[in-house]
Amino acid sequence: MNLNGNTLALLPEGILTIAGVVVMMAEPMLKPGASRKALGWLAIFATALAGAASIVQLRVVDQSGRIMAFSNSIQVDPFSIFFHLLIASVVIVTLLASLDYFEGHADHAGEYFALVLFGSVGMMLMTCSVELLMVFVGLEISSISTYILAGFRKGNARGVESSVKYFLLGSFATAFFLYGIAMAFGATGSTSIAAIAQKLGTTATPTLALLALGMIVIGLGFKVSAAPFHVWTPDVYQGAPAPIVGLMSTAPKAAAFAVLLRITFAGFAPFEHRWASLMWVIAALSMTVGNLGALKQTNVKRMLAYSSIAHAGYLLAAFTALPQNGIAAAAFYTAAYSAMNVGAFVVITQITGYVEHTRTIEDFTGVALRRPWLGALLTFFLLSLIGIPFTGGFFGKFYVFSAVIGGGHWLLAVVGLLNSGVACFYYLRLLVAMYARHPHESGNDKAVYTKLTPAAGLALAACAAGTLILGMMPGRVLNLANRGAAAVLAEPVVEQDPTAVLMDDTRR
Amino acid sequence: MDHSILSLIVLTPLVGALVLALLPDKGKTMQWGALIVTLLTFLFTLHLPFRYQDGLPAGSFQFVQDSSWIPNPAIRYHVGVDALGMWLVVLTGFLAPLGVLASWTKIDSRKKTFYVLFLLQQVAMLGLFVALDLIIYYAFWEMTLVPMTILIATFGRTKDRRKAAIKYFVYAFVPSALLLVGMLWLYFKTGTFQLPDLAKAAAEHHISGNGPALWLCSLAFLVAFAVKVPIFPLHGWLKDAICEAPTAAVMVLAGKTGLYSILRFSFAIFPEQSHRVAPLMIALGAIGIVFGSLIAITRKDMKELAAYSTLGHLSFVTLGIFTFTISGLDGGIYQILNHGISGGALFLLLGFLYERYGTYDMRDLGGLAAQLPWMVTLYVVTTLSLIGLPMLNSFVGEFLILSGSMQANNPHHILWTVMATTGVILSAGYMLLMIQRVFYGSLGVVSERTTPHDLNFREHVAMWPLVALMLLMGVASPYWMKTLDANGVSMATVPSPVLPVVATKSPLTPSFVDPELKAGALHEKATPAPEGRRY
Repeated sequence: MNLNGNTLALLPEGILTIAGVVVMMAEPMLKPGASRKALGWLAIFATALAGAASIVQLRVVDQSGRIMAFSNSIQVDPFSIFFHLLIASVVIVTLLASLDYFEGHADHAGEYFALVLFGSVGMMLMTCSVELLMVFVGLEISSISTYILAGFRKGNARGVESSVKYFLLGSFATAFFLYGIAMAFGATGSTSIAAIAQKLGTTATPTLALLALGMIVIGLGFKVSAAPFHVWTPDVYQGAPAPIVGLMSTAPKAAAFAVLLRITFAGFAPFEHRWASLMWVIAALSMTVGNLGALKQTNVKRMLAYSSIAHAGYLLAAFTALPQNGIAAAAFYTAAYSAMNVGAFVVITQITGYVEHTRTIEDFTGVALRRPWLGALLTFFLLSLIGIPFTGGFFGKFYVFSAVIGGGHWLLAVVGLLNSGVACFYYLRLLVAMYARHPHESGNDKAVYTKLTPAAGLALAACAAGTLILGMMPGRVLNLANRGAAAVLAEPVVEQDPTAVLMDDTRR
Repeated sequence: MDHSILSLIVLTPLVGALVLALLPDKGKTMQWGALIVTLLTFLFTLHLPFRYQDGLPAGSFQFVQDSSWIPNPAIRYHVGVDALGMWLVVLTGFLAPLGVLASWTKIDSRKKTFYVLFLLQQVAMLGLFVALDLIIYYAFWEMTLVPMTILIATFGRTKDRRKAAIKYFVYAFVPSALLLVGMLWLYFKTGTFQLPDLAKAAAEHHISGNGPALWLCSLAFLVAFAVKVPIFPLHGWLKDAICEAPTAAVMVLAGKTGLYSILRFSFAIFPEQSHRVAPLMIALGAIGIVFGSLIAITRKDMKELAAYSTLGHLSFVTLGIFTFTISGLDGGIYQILNHGISGGALFLLLGFLYERYGTYDMRDLGGLAAQLPWMVTLYVVTTLSLIGLPMLNSFVGEFLILSGSMQANNPHHILWTVMATTGVILSAGYMLLMIQRVFYGSLGVVSERTTPHDLNFREHVAMWPLVALMLLMGVASPYWMKTLDANGVSMATVPSPVLPVVATKSPLTPSFVDPELKAGALHEKATPAPEGRRY
């Protein structure tokens, strides 16, 4: 393939945008009430194609180093490709799991597929931009889609609440992020991450730069639901449709973490001693708040919302480690967390259905005994979330905390692992409930079971295989994560004058 | 064959569990499937003692398989056993078919869930005993929790089962999180997760010069293991878990894994710290014996009684191994095996009784001796074994432990030995009281209205191997001792002191009153006593 550098750099995003538009245009042509599955399959196919495009990028990067495009505002390197592949996988699984979710409930499923595609365009764009304004554009694209998706069950009051809450607080947070960018520009005269890193050492206004970083951390902290910016999470997760919660607790978070990793480790590297301690505090706080909050929950989705806050804390702990190890560990953790958390939500989607008959932990009593395979899978994902070995969750925690100990913060490691001890309690409540005999043995009455469709089965198999492979053979993924870390830390390309860039492009 | 036998032993129940999960849950498919798989596993474990080579230097492992798994961090698939690991593997393999037989009719619904989890539990335990890489070991260690938790939650006896299941898991999981921190710290200091390398580094004081950190690390290991044993006062989960769990699960619930881990990991990686903490552990052991026995006497529920008696018996082992005398260690290790057999037998018998009468309350039973002659015979034999009658297995272990504790280099060794010895008497007390209440006297409320059935063929098949072993291990203990002794001797050896060696004798040498006894135990040539003088 002989592609122009710019085209190649945004090939996955381009494919997804086109597919999204096609889905949008096809939607009104279908009869109301007709199945929208074909559109879903189209979306899945397009996402797979986007993933393939990322693999093509990887091969090009293997041969000739990273690809810089659009006046050095886009950088395709192993780091961005890692997250592209991760986001594509999450989106494919989510789409597979929700293919039959809307059957007989909603006519506008086509929009759903298109929104998921547009959202993933934004997330992917975030991971490969090295220009803060470009990051902001990506962030907005992904956020707006997610706001709508959160309220997709229009008839459900909680769904509407979820959407509005997410939108209001989310816009506020993006404003913080934008404000941070403006301040960074004020302090360094640039919005490019590489240029910021270069000029930060000589800036006359370090306080302003620090403030800028603070604002950016607030904005992204909201997106990854780190404490103390987490308050929206439980309400939003409770109201949003289960497959969407699976998506929005993983893919946008992964993208936001990617941005945060780039901004901190590459952009604000000279200030590392300052923000590392900030991250220490946020990490410890998120873990503790998340886990303690989850202990009290009876609603399963709320519980998993708090659990996702805690997991954001574990991830943030990696920021205190030495750069190479920390970035690799964080990237690996996002992959492991995505596999297990999406898996858990796919199972919950299957068990609860569109209308959500089973909401509380008590409603899950005996589920695993009546539906052994779904139960076994949810057990597996919960064990992975606890961090039992032979699962991705274990190696995720393992790498993060060994990186943290390697960085000399053994106290944070103790806090983190004690937290995972607390965490096992609430995961276990659900697990044990699933395996406990129901008091009215013969019939649990609220349970209306949907049959496991092949598509959902495929999604579950993918999540289980992902979690298992990350737990048994983490080598390849870790390898790519390590290469990604090296790419983030590599000597940046700083724009000198426009013609040089042009020549650079033509050469490639 | 020798190369991959351990992998075969671990994989057999795993494959068996997968096959059972796919088979339809009809008729007796599950029982027969589980029985075949467990018997096959047991057959494979028997390969080990036949091919085991005696007399290799201490700390060497056999049947080793060591291949790289994950390059960074360096996690290797490294398995191997010495005498201690080997006999525990054999014991685990031996008890499993008996557990299946015990559950044959008792588990009559959700058989698939039960037997699949039971086999997974086997995988975890067998893997734990053979792993020599810390992370692999940790993986199996955590894996032992999961099937057990689900078994308790699903097949628990009373409505408190969920609480008991969660309690069991949380109790063991929280300290094991700290264990993981300890392992990571070791890795950063030494760059390896391999037990033999770590033991070597520890012997040469190469792990870390940072004394306090090493101490914390050793405590993280010890506490995690002590909870799993359990050692007094960390036994909070034991009673609930034992009362709830089904018979086959109870048989593997306590003891083996925790004690094995202390012997294998704490003693090898932290020899000095273990010696230092020994006085405390001896005290806890002695207190645990008396505490467990005293509580056991007051129980009306046989399962609770058995739970506290378990605490008492395991405390005996704790006492023995922390004396760091050869006889204490040999006896402690031997007693782990004994407890697996006699304790297993007791729980099997309790299960049989419960299947017939539906209660563990001794007040509801009584006068069964006339109706169930075989049952009472086996109860009495098991009781005698548990309370340490000479000729039966526990006598050997308890005797060695007590003599080791008497020799221990510990300021109050006589006090603790005396306390521990009262435990022997107390255990005779509560066990015989139980026999008396259940089998003699007038018929109880429940035993009156239930038609008696003595042991059937299946139950006989489950019990007699245990009884035979009790006798065999009581009269032919040298067969086991000669292999286990290598472990005892190597662990009793004193760690060389750290820094500038002071020319005095280290206070931690196992002390013997009789120089000839010492020489014999340490396999040294005795220095002939001067003529005309005894000691």
